[in-house]
Amino acid sequence: MSQQVAASASPQSGGTFSSGEEVRTRTSKWIANQRRLAPWLFLMPGALMFLVYVIAPIAQSITISFYDWDGIGTKAFIGIENYIELWDDEAFYTSLYNNLLWLVLYMLAVPAGLLIAIFLNQTVTGIRIYKSLFFFPFVISQIVVGLIFSWFYAPNFGLFTKLLEFLGFEGIAILADERFVTYGIIAAGLWPQIAYCMILYLTGLNNVSPDQIEAARLDGAKGWKMLWYVILPQLRPATFIAVVVTIIGALRSFDLVSIMTSGGPYGSSRVLSYYMYEQALSEYGFRMGYGASIAVVLFAIMMVFITLFIVRMLKDERGSY
Amino acid sequence: MFNFSKAAAGGFAAIFLMGSCAYAAGDLIINLDQTDPAPKKAFEDIVSGFSKENPDVNVIVNTMHKEGYKTSIRNFLTADAPDLAAWYAGNRMAPFVNAGLFEDVTDLWEEHGLNEQLKSAAASMTMHGKKWGVPYTYYQWGIYYRKDIFKEQGIAVPTNWDELVAASAKLKEAGITPFTIGTKALWPTGGWFDYMNLRVNGYEFHMDLTAGKVPYTDPRVKATFDKWSELVKPGYYNKNHPALDWQDAVPNLVQGKAAMYLMGNFAVDVFKNGGLKEEQIGFMQFPQITPGIPMAEDAPTDTIHIPAKARNKEDARKFLAYMARADVQTATNITLGQLPVNSGAERPEERILQQGFDMLSNAYALAQFYDRDAPAEMAKAGMEGFQEFMVKPERADAILKRLEKIRSRVYK
Repeated sequence: MSQQVAASASPQSGGTFSSGEEVRTRTSKWIANQRRLAPWLFLMPGALMFLVYVIAPIAQSITISFYDWDGIGTKAFIGIENYIELWDDEAFYTSLYNNLLWLVLYMLAVPAGLLIAIFLNQTVTGIRIYKSLFFFPFVISQIVVGLIFSWFYAPNFGLFTKLLEFLGFEGIAILADERFVTYGIIAAGLWPQIAYCMILYLTGLNNVSPDQIEAARLDGAKGWKMLWYVILPQLRPATFIAVVVTIIGALRSFDLVSIMTSGGPYGSSRVLSYYMYEQALSEYGFRMGYGASIAVVLFAIMMVFITLFIVRMLKDERGSY
Repeated sequence: MFNFSKAAAGGFAAIFLMGSCAYAAGDLIINLDQTDPAPKKAFEDIVSGFSKENPDVNVIVNTMHKEGYKTSIRNFLTADAPDLAAWYAGNRMAPFVNAGLFEDVTDLWEEHGLNEQLKSAAASMTMHGKKWGVPYTYYQWGIYYRKDIFKEQGIAVPTNWDELVAASAKLKEAGITPFTIGTKALWPTGGWFDYMNLRVNGYEFHMDLTAGKVPYTDPRVKATFDKWSELVKPGYYNKNHPALDWQDAVPNLVQGKAAMYLMGNFAVDVFKNGGLKEEQIGFMQFPQITPGIPMAEDAPTDTIHIPAKARNKEDARKFLAYMARADVQTATNITLGQLPVNSGAERPEERILQQGFDMLSNAYALAQFYDRDAPAEMAKAGMEGFQEFMVKPERADAILKRLEKIRSRVYK
């Protein structure tokens, strides 16, 4: 554009040379820096969004965690007192322990998903229908899953209680018993999570190269050996994603706890994210600062995993080029 | 072009003015937390009555779900305040009063003689020596029981603790759970603690405790728990109560699996909808425990306030004065099935309400409720502790120790 202007301007006036030169230098400056500037220009919208919606709130949360604030009155700076209180808070340790339990048991979704995926990875009439049926739990909202499972566990009319009674045991109210409540909720969470892992593995299995399987078969591999040495290595990208989404799912397990037990009985099924909500935003929660300090701890835990993933991803990317 | 933009600006200005007119001159916006049929009807009647007397005021009512309202009130009081908002008396309004979000209406109380008419609720509406809203209804708490089951089992209405425990033992033997309760939402446990503590230690001690003046490790609190465990340890409550909401515990009573329910009067409507007949439902005052201690009762008061950021405070004051009037409170509470606060209002006709009215008129003093007398954080931790106690009574000492730790932090 500017070159065109320069070209059309030059024949008209006498002193064209100098002005044309000027334009040309400007142009070449742009050309010289284009490659350097363009990425930043393209990154700008995304980076701005990221700054406003991710970085700023994190900074804000960290700041609020140093204050005593009810969300409506005046803030009072109290230093690290919120964290000191957290250190001595039984409810916090219960939540932390439950979070750990979630992390460990939620991982079962990965092998279970793989199993179902392998089972469904065959050509039978109507397999598409079966696949979508297995995927169904992931499609319904977590809130609905929570409701279904709380009815399933309901002490008087629930299917689970009836089942236990049918088998000759005494019915247990899973959600009212501090010993079982977290396991009960995790089981409810696994239901859709397994479906998610399954779909990840199903797409992964589509990309498994048939040549390698054939070659392995010629070499006499079958059963476990085939799975372990031939199929699984090819599924590595799928496994990676499945593990990542499962860990994230376990750490943000909020909706199920909220809908099934509200953290009860007497707080024994709380997880960190729910405890944070309870302290800062729920009916009796007027402690933004304390809630924020729980959020910061949760963030720190997530950071560990996120860093691991990023390091791993960078390594992979460098390796592949 | 110029003309167009001018016209457009004029149009925008007109729209803007209209918009602001709609929210400034004759409009009165009320936010309510009542979605149940009876309260909704009661408020519709109030609004139509008020509109008849003040035809220039256009009342707009926003109704929200009760639980959602409790969290959203913080947002709309600070950001987009209505002209009136429903809330609760006692310490429950403290955060908003202290943050300067409620309007001081002491002048209204004086002008309309409310100090006399609403005397019974004046203390619970006072904070820092000022009045912060107007109470329009309250209701009694007590033990609702199945008259027919009591008759069948030959049990007389207990008047003291020993009789209550004996009646419970007899019911349990007959295969009937003495008390039904659902503690999932925690607050039903607060009613039990209130009554146990009010009857064991008295009103003054209970108020000192909820005001944070007494440690939870005080032997008198332990004494309350010890008494309470006489019902908990033998299993006189239905099992699995932490998994149930209070409504879920009603079927036990309706089906005759349980015989008694400590609740607020709003439960009667649910009992009847569940299939109980009028003559099957009995009401008794929570019996005496420590002889000689005057009987105080739980009677939560529902209130209405003017947010400090309200736009139409003038009409809001008119509305408050209207709601405080004796004839209006009479009509409102007939629909609500609750009790009017105004002393000039008429006595209720309904039998159980009348019983409650008499009980409260003779009460030594009225407590609001554990979660309205104690500050939010203490209430939450406290009721969680009560729930744990009702499942694991052997942990009483550990629970009280934990509550004491929280108390010493909350009331600084």
